[in-house]
Amino acid sequence: MTQQLTTITETLVERFPGAVLKDERPGYEGYLVSAENLPEIAQFLRDQMGYDYLSSVTGVDYLPEGKMETVYHFFRSTGGSALELKVSLPRENPVVPSLVSIFPGAELQERETYDLLGIIFDGHPDLRRILLWDGFDGHPLRKDWQEPYYEEEAKPFKSRWPEGRAIRVEEKNIFKKNVKYPAGFDPETFTPEGDTSLFASLDKLKRHDEESGMKSDHIIINFGPQHTSTHGVFRMAAAVEGETIIGLKPAMGYLHRNHEKIAERNTYLMNMPYTDRLDYLSPLSNNFGYAIAVEKLMGIQPAERAEYLRVIMAEFTRISNHLFLIGSLLNDLGAYFTPMLYALEERELILDVFEAVTGSRMMCNYFRFGGVARDLPEGQLQKIKDLAFDRLPRKIDEMDRFLTESEIIRARGVGVGVLTPEEAIAYSTCGPVLRASGVPYDVRRADPYSIYERFDFDVAVRYHGDVYDRFLLRFDEIRQSIRIIQQAVRDMPEGPVQSGKPQYQAKVPAGEAYGRVEGPKGELGYYVVSNGKPNPWRYHVRAPSFINLTALEKLCVGNKVADVFAILGSIDIVLGETDR
Amino acid sequence: MDGHGIIKGLMVSCKRFIDTYLDDIRWFGRRYRTPEGIAHRMSKDTAGLFTVQYPEEKLPVPEEFRFIPFLVYEEDAEGNKIHRCTSCGICSKVCPPQCIWIVRTLDPKTGRPVPEPAEFYIDIDVCMNCGFCAEFCPFDAIKMDHDYEIAVYDRLTVNIYDKAKLSKPLSYYAMIRPSNYQKEEMAKAEKETLKAARKASGNS
Ligand code: SF4
Ligand code: SF4
Repeated sequence: MTQQLTTITETLVERFPGAVLKDERPGYEGYLVSAENLPEIAQFLRDQMGYDYLSSVTGVDYLPEGKMETVYHFFRSTGGSALELKVSLPRENPVVPSLVSIFPGAELQERETYDLLGIIFDGHPDLRRILLWDGFDGHPLRKDWQEPYYEEEAKPFKSRWPEGRAIRVEEKNIFKKNVKYPAGFDPETFTPEGDTSLFASLDKLKRHDEESGMKSDHIIINFGPQHTSTHGVFRMAAAVEGETIIGLKPAMGYLHRNHEKIAERNTYLMNMPYTDRLDYLSPLSNNFGYAIAVEKLMGIQPAERAEYLRVIMAEFTRISNHLFLIGSLLNDLGAYFTPMLYALEERELILDVFEAVTGSRMMCNYFRFGGVARDLPEGQLQKIKDLAFDRLPRKIDEMDRFLTESEIIRARGVGVGVLTPEEAIAYSTCGPVLRASGVPYDVRRADPYSIYERFDFDVAVRYHGDVYDRFLLRFDEIRQSIRIIQQAVRDMPEGPVQSGKPQYQAKVPAGEAYGRVEGPKGELGYYVVSNGKPNPWRYHVRAPSFINLTALEKLCVGNKVADVFAILGSIDIVLGETDR
Repeated sequence: MDGHGIIKGLMVSCKRFIDTYLDDIRWFGRRYRTPEGIAHRMSKDTAGLFTVQYPEEKLPVPEEFRFIPFLVYEEDAEGNKIHRCTSCGICSKVCPPQCIWIVRTLDPKTGRPVPEPAEFYIDIDVCMNCGFCAEFCPFDAIKMDHDYEIAVYDRLTVNIYDKAKLSKPLSYYAMIRPSNYQKEEMAKAEKETLKAARKASGNS
């Protein structure tokens, strides 16, 4: 591996003399590149070196040094570890060339970085705010930005102890008086431009009919934000010609709470329960990714028994998530509630185990740095065995009989919303979307973490890239997860569930780490930067639901209006994670 | 496209429909509103109707279930409530949404802190039920409750719980979390004997 890295360094330095520098700060990895050379280098990485998958784009504000950095994580779609590029920018005027023309998957991520950090991506086709609204003042992830209910730079707040006289934050900080608006902005006279700019982004599709000399306009249909099939508060504007979609733009952020800013005020451990609330259908996978990122920084290994417990819990999470997806996708297709309720039954039994082990059905908060919070209570191992060896295999087969051959599902799913493997990689899609398009990329195998190397399982893959294949792939994955759980239960050793003493103040040395896991929805990554203090300096979540939406337009164009929800349902998004 | 897949699917729901009645007959009268019935419906062999008719029926909560913390007190011979809490402040430091507020008591004469909080507040609107306070309290003084039915009409007047409202007796804790309680008591007893042994050997 190190050999491989040296050759990469040599090649890059040789090819771009003066433009590529190894990042030598202690605890950091990757390369610092100059802004003007970035597109060239990215292209070179993709075409010559096989780094064809741009997983994550984000930025960091290094306020004390007066600079910002954009951070890119590239991977090979054939597997392996990350290649990280960083571009250092002046804080006053941070402009960096956009990578959208080379990696279309960067589109939404660059918009997000622009929105939250104010970094301008030169050449981006549609650089607008994405999570925040037009009347929002400033860029919240800049370190000198303060939220309306600002108390102190970092938790724990001094007012809580020893003189903690409780007061509600809204009493101290009166609502409406605490909000700042941009200069010249008056909320009373403001007419939202969000709609205009959202629709304007579809204007490129206006055609000028040469023959008749007539300008033909398309019709724009708005879906959501309140809509039963968007699985939350999510909005889309589609341009249609007749019944056929010719363009589609997602609009999101209705559930935005700036998870990342909250996390940067929190201490490391405090973030664990917050991660539950990202993708609230798979809390334990969220815990997993975060724990791995911080453990990387701390340089500790989790206890052996805890590794097995983590895998068992994460795989149960995958099963419950996929069951929920199967049910809700069928809901979207019009098979109201029977499949959903059948799926929920099995999910409930899984949640019973979560509740007994972690204390909560959905907000599990089970992982700790170096292990898990507690061992299995009495009787739960038997429950897990019952589910993994008896109930679930039986019930998945029943579900399969119940649904997969149904002519209606086939009619609605086969050939609808097709994504080719090349597109799937280019758009940085991940998880089941990527694998249903014929790319056998699964982080558990491609870049193994935890103890997945010890288990015998197949990477589920299907080849048509349509809604029906994405649906079937969920069944395949559930079956593989059951296999993993069976092996983990069989091999799990006795022993402590935490390495080291339980600590509420994690000592995290300065540096950066990118921890990623294969969540049920795809690659879930956490980019954490520490400066040695008790609170993370930067905390970024690479949210699979969010990034998979980059390909939504591609998936929908050419399909009928009614198929949009089948396609959206088959991607599997959760708005808690999309909007963060 | 001969409808064969649909028929196959319908057979599954038909079987489920019949199972509901079979299971009802098998469990004649005991399937609903009895603890065994509920346990059966939560087991791997459950078939048929799955719904729990809340609030007539309630699912039992497992021991580790956590909802809103409470403060544990013990009673001395005269029936005075003695809180285990020493107002060390760890729980308020570890609480992620910072909803624990503690006022430390100072001895009026010496000005030194005494190990009993003067006031203890938890804003339960803000509490995210993470359980960290209970997990990291070094004195087993704060524990997570099982009572989840705490809806109120006006959150602004009642939802900041004070020390009186948060206090619950040790016996309550021992009842809702028996195995945790036992474990803690055993660990404590062990410590005591160790201490005594050390003292004895130190004296000799
Ligand atoms: S409840 Fe426990 S952690 Fe909190 S102040 Fe009291 S003794 Fe300390
Ligand atoms: S359960 Fe969590 S959020 Fe609630 S008071 Fe305890 S530490 Fe704070």
